Amino acid sequence: MAIKQVTMPQLGESVTEGTISKWLVEAGAHVKKYEPIAEVMTDKVNAEVPSSFTGIMKELIAQEGDTLGVGEVICLMEVEEADSEERAGAPDIQEQTVPSETEKAGKQSKIRYSPAVRKLAREHNIDLTQMSGSGRGGRITRKDVMEAIESGGLPKKQAAPVQQMTVQPEEEAAASAASAPFPKRQQKKPSASPAPGDEVIPVTGLRRTIANNMVQSKQEIPHAWMMAEVDVTGLVARRNALKEEFKKKEGFPLTYFAFFVKAVAQALKEYPQINAMWAGDSIIQKKDIHLSIAVAAEEALFVPVIKHADEKSIKGIAREIYDLAEKARSGNLKAEDIQGGTFTVNNTGAFGSVQSMGIINYPQAAILQIETIVKRPVVMANGMIAVRDMVNVCLSMDHRVLDGLICGRFLQRVKEILENISEDTSVY
Amino acid sequence: MPVVSYINAITMAMREEMERDSKVFVLGEDVGKKGGVFKATQGLYDQFGEARVIDTPLAESAIAGVGIGAAMYGMRPIAEMQFADFIMPAVNQIISEAARIRYRSNNDWNCPIVIRAPYGGGIHGALYHSQSVEAVFANQPGLKIVMPSTPYDAKGLLKAAIRDDDPVLFFEHKRAYRLIKGEVPDGDYVLPIGRADVKRKGEDITVITYGLCVHFALQAAERLAKDGIETEVLDLRTVYPLDKEAVCEAVKKTGKVLLITEDNKEGSIMSEVSAIIAEHCLFDLDAPIKRLAGPDVPAMPYSPTMEKFFMVNPDKVEKAMRELAEF
Repeated sequence: MAIKQVTMPQLGESVTEGTISKWLVEAGAHVKKYEPIAEVMTDKVNAEVPSSFTGIMKELIAQEGDTLGVGEVICLMEVEEADSEERAGAPDIQEQTVPSETEKAGKQSKIRYSPAVRKLAREHNIDLTQMSGSGRGGRITRKDVMEAIESGGLPKKQAAPVQQMTVQPEEEAAASAASAPFPKRQQKKPSASPAPGDEVIPVTGLRRTIANNMVQSKQEIPHAWMMAEVDVTGLVARRNALKEEFKKKEGFPLTYFAFFVKAVAQALKEYPQINAMWAGDSIIQKKDIHLSIAVAAEEALFVPVIKHADEKSIKGIAREIYDLAEKARSGNLKAEDIQGGTFTVNNTGAFGSVQSMGIINYPQAAILQIETIVKRPVVMANGMIAVRDMVNVCLSMDHRVLDGLICGRFLQRVKEILENISEDTSVY
Repeated sequence: MPVVSYINAITMAMREEMERDSKVFVLGEDVGKKGGVFKATQGLYDQFGEARVIDTPLAESAIAGVGIGAAMYGMRPIAEMQFADFIMPAVNQIISEAARIRYRSNNDWNCPIVIRAPYGGGIHGALYHSQSVEAVFANQPGLKIVMPSTPYDAKGLLKAAIRDDDPVLFFEHKRAYRLIKGEVPDGDYVLPIGRADVKRKGEDITVITYGLCVHFALQAAERLAKDGIETEVLDLRTVYPLDKEAVCEAVKKTGKVLLITEDNKEGSIMSEVSAIIAEHCLFDLDAPIKRLAGPDVPAMPYSPTMEKFFMVNPDKVEKAMRELAEF
């Protein structure tokens, strides 16, 4: 009897790894050659791994869910000598060839620099991490560096990277830790330097937090963007009809924003895919709908959270918006007020914007921007042109989590809800 | 300039030196009437007579020993080993006597002998007619080992070897004898022993080699040039002692170096070249030092397939050069 290793097969030209989605045999089972032993999922194909031998499954080394590189051992099989065809025949020279030093180096040369390259980089103060190489496996060759020196397009090494401050709320920090496959990039010190007379404003804790969050979101999340036009003539009429009395009765204003937040919460309930987070090797769909709303103060930006927005009436939402905005502007937001958001609605229309591309509130999967309501001539269904109250709603999405189709449907649903607001719509 | 074959350049050098200096004489098996098995001494017997072109018994230790004795007494012998493979019985004479005498006698004696020997495979000569033996002698201070690649170098270096006051082993690739032709000036010229020569200039990779392999490297370099890869080819010419400066300069030029020898890989001349590079050029290296050599098996096989497997050839050189260029 001989123990043989079964390795992760190459399941496509550019595929470098595969995930064992399911074992089809158990340890101890008798397996025939070519019999499927496991289901493997790669970023290109889902396939079954056939057994390379006839024999007994000795040990399943890889667990279900494990991701292994091509050529790594997934299981061990006990093979009878007589069954082993290789033993009967001449040894395969190909298999016994020891990879040459050059080949071995080539495989992992992205992070390895030759002495010549290191020396040149040091002499010319070049940041090699910013360069791409033309050698095997993307290795940076001496020639690459010399050409860069000659052309003058040098990525210069900076003195020291700015220390990264993590003033994230705890939950976000935990969520971002879960998305660990993305290595945190060192922020490079920007090259801006003040001229005489310029005012230099030190970056304070809050500004730093905003900056770090924005950088992290923009660097890690592949943003995609879409926009829908919504006819909110009915919404405007309804709100205008109610606002005086509402203010008098309730003590806080009935804003357009409350209608929008309500519509988004309702649509999210129907499209839970949007209410999600990227967690590296999985996507987490959140059960609760907690809407972060962006509130601008003079110097900063806060995103307090309306918890369970889907369970609240327009009035309830209007009250929370009012309370949270007040707290934000007076600096009284508590930790629990800003934690746990699952989706963000941003009232960019308040600044007069008609179109904007939001940066996703990390680690959420999308952000919706409500733009300014403007009166515009619109061609109606009957071919007539009418003056209508129009608003753009813009959606930035994490394209790892979401695709255009689902986001398009979600936006259409938001549009539908908003356009169906009429004099019958209750705010209570 | 007339184009002559490698072997004719050897003959020219010996004839001119024998004409120039009456102390120069030739001895070896069948070198006289027959003119040598490869015809390297053809015509010398007729021109200079049996006193200066001596047929010896089949005893290499005697050929070397007689030559060494004559040299120590002021003669300029050119001793021919019929095949380099046959030099083994003479090793004691060469290493213990010729190489040591200047040192042992505190400079009172010296030994200006040249020992010529055809080496190398690829001629279907099997074990006793194909070996490379230079590494056997390449750690013996007192000896010089010259292995030219072109007719021009062969003539100039053989003349230098004959005029050298110390023992020189002069190895000629037997396949080069009639395969390699080149321009050789008629008149007298001498090339310096101990100096390597750049045979081709290039910026992408460096090939360091000697003997017949120089031509393989030049052929492969020509093919690579079609794809825009430019190769620097350094011909060592003298493999002991090595031209360290030229080696380092050639390495520093490209940072990627391929060392080629037809000899068995381990402990070859290229092992020493590699050590020199590692010692002096580490911070100029852009790739691991790469060697292409014969396998570590006892000798050149007779079977054509196996001989081909053993021998370095332009295809093998080209493959190794491309791998290095891509690294």
